[in-house]
Amino acid sequence: MACNCELLAQKAADIRVDIIREVFSAASGHPGGSLSAADIVTVLYFHEMNIDPDDPKKADRDKFVLSKGHAAPVMYAALAERGFFPKEELTTLRKLGSRLQGHPSMKMLPGVEMSTGSLGQGISVAVGMALANKLDGNAGRIYTLLGDGECQEGLVWEAAMAAAHYKLDNLCAVLDWNGLQIDGKNEDVMTVAPLDEKFRAFGWNVISIDGHDIAQIAEAFAQARSCKQLPTLILAKTHKGHGVSFMEDQAGWHGKAPSEELAKQAVEELGGEW
Amino acid sequence: MAEKMATRQAYGKVLAQLAETNPNIVVLDADLSGSTMTKEFANVAPQRFFNMGIAEQNMYGAAAGLAHSGKVAIASTFAMFAAGRAFEIIRNSIGYTHANVKICATHAGLTVGEDGASHQAIEDIALMRTIPGMTVLNPADGQSAMELIRAAAEMDGPVYVRLGRAAVEGIYEADASFKIGKGICVRDGSDATIIATGIMVGEALKAADQLCQAGIKVRVIDMHTIKPIDREIIVRAAKETGAIVTAEEHSIIGGLGSAVAEVTAQECPVKMKMVGVRDTFGESGTPAQLLKKYSLTADDLCTAVREVLQP
Repeated sequence: MACNCELLAQKAADIRVDIIREVFSAASGHPGGSLSAADIVTVLYFHEMNIDPDDPKKADRDKFVLSKGHAAPVMYAALAERGFFPKEELTTLRKLGSRLQGHPSMKMLPGVEMSTGSLGQGISVAVGMALANKLDGNAGRIYTLLGDGECQEGLVWEAAMAAAHYKLDNLCAVLDWNGLQIDGKNEDVMTVAPLDEKFRAFGWNVISIDGHDIAQIAEAFAQARSCKQLPTLILAKTHKGHGVSFMEDQAGWHGKAPSEELAKQAVEELGGEW
Repeated sequence: MAEKMATRQAYGKVLAQLAETNPNIVVLDADLSGSTMTKEFANVAPQRFFNMGIAEQNMYGAAAGLAHSGKVAIASTFAMFAAGRAFEIIRNSIGYTHANVKICATHAGLTVGEDGASHQAIEDIALMRTIPGMTVLNPADGQSAMELIRAAAEMDGPVYVRLGRAAVEGIYEADASFKIGKGICVRDGSDATIIATGIMVGEALKAADQLCQAGIKVRVIDMHTIKPIDREIIVRAAKETGAIVTAEEHSIIGGLGSAVAEVTAQECPVKMKMVGVRDTFGESGTPAQLLKKYSLTADDLCTAVREVLQP
């Protein structure tokens, strides 16, 4: 499928504006790691995945598991933009009674394939989903988004081992490699690099890309699809807070909401209207 | 009476049957299939059996993924590594999402025996019953294990099944019927009630025989379902017999005794004694030696009943 990069870039900008609105309304949440993943998630929901908002449970659909569940705002924005629920609901994020829980709940919101938030568990569940599809001869593919800090969880590597052992070529993990986690840089907190060599050693097909280049992201998904016998890891180099000047590469914006003044500035920088 | 059999052996037997009757069942294990008896399923349905290696956390995560893809996922390891090591994965990926996963945990309690304290789960009931929506089962013998596991496989939602390593005497006939959430009065009596679970049901029946010779008529209830607990049978026992002794091969903190006391304290306060592991770790030894040392025998139950009957 040819990639309409211009259209997807515009969609990614819309999603970034949504993220700022969500987190500002909630007065808490995780803008940094949502913005870093916005291009990846946009390509998944608007180009790569076989999904249907009118039939969110269709049997042969592709599934996306947000293993780094704190980036819920980016998935909610993509689901709303894709028509799974009304966009107006985005500003209910994290509020009492909202379907948009602080971390995703599959029981509440259509299109959410798995409740996540506790790191490492999403990729493990994705392994189970991929096993089930193999067993059933279901063509649906399983996608999951990992954080780099998340790879400090031992469970990620248990899951990585199992995915290679069972030759889950229907599983594609994307690693949002923005280099930052709550307490600072990965290498200062707990070194996770080299992630490409680690996943290769675990038996994965590894593709390294610029995680903000729409064409590269789309091409990596196409390569993953054609790779047989091995699960694929797309190691996507990104910038935390990408698209908002004052958030970019700042660990401080991992889990903090902007003031109204800064939210307005962010939206305008992204080409939106406040 | 049914033959002497470990509940894990009954589990293997029923798995082999379920492999034939329910194509939707998948079984996972963490390198203990010869001990948990899931090999019985693997032998019959190898394509639906997944050995996940020594990685219990991932096994329960993957089980959740299989369950949310429409499978009945049955995942086994020792109770220590299921309820203990994988607790938070079970809580968040299975409990919170109400996944159709059956956690069939074997080698629970002190009767693991010689392996010692590191392998003797005496906290698993407490851990599992705090998870909203989790059903917790602890069968007393082979027959009840088979029937309850069959019922667990048929119901939707997460179930923790506590199974033992050591062979136990049969208590039930082959035609006995079991309902999840309904305790069974296995011996009637009016002076006191022993509410027991798992292998302690057999000890409770022996205690009731001994006490009967002394003229004390003890009611014995098999509380095979610890959650949801059968409130009705507890309240009736409290009202009709006026004294309750609980019996479990588990810590007295948070297990069956606590679950029963939560009911009686609120609905029908009654004199109680709890027989269980008294806030200590186990050690190596034969199952019989350990039950004796940690005061989990019929004799200990007799003592507890006499104490609870003191004015």
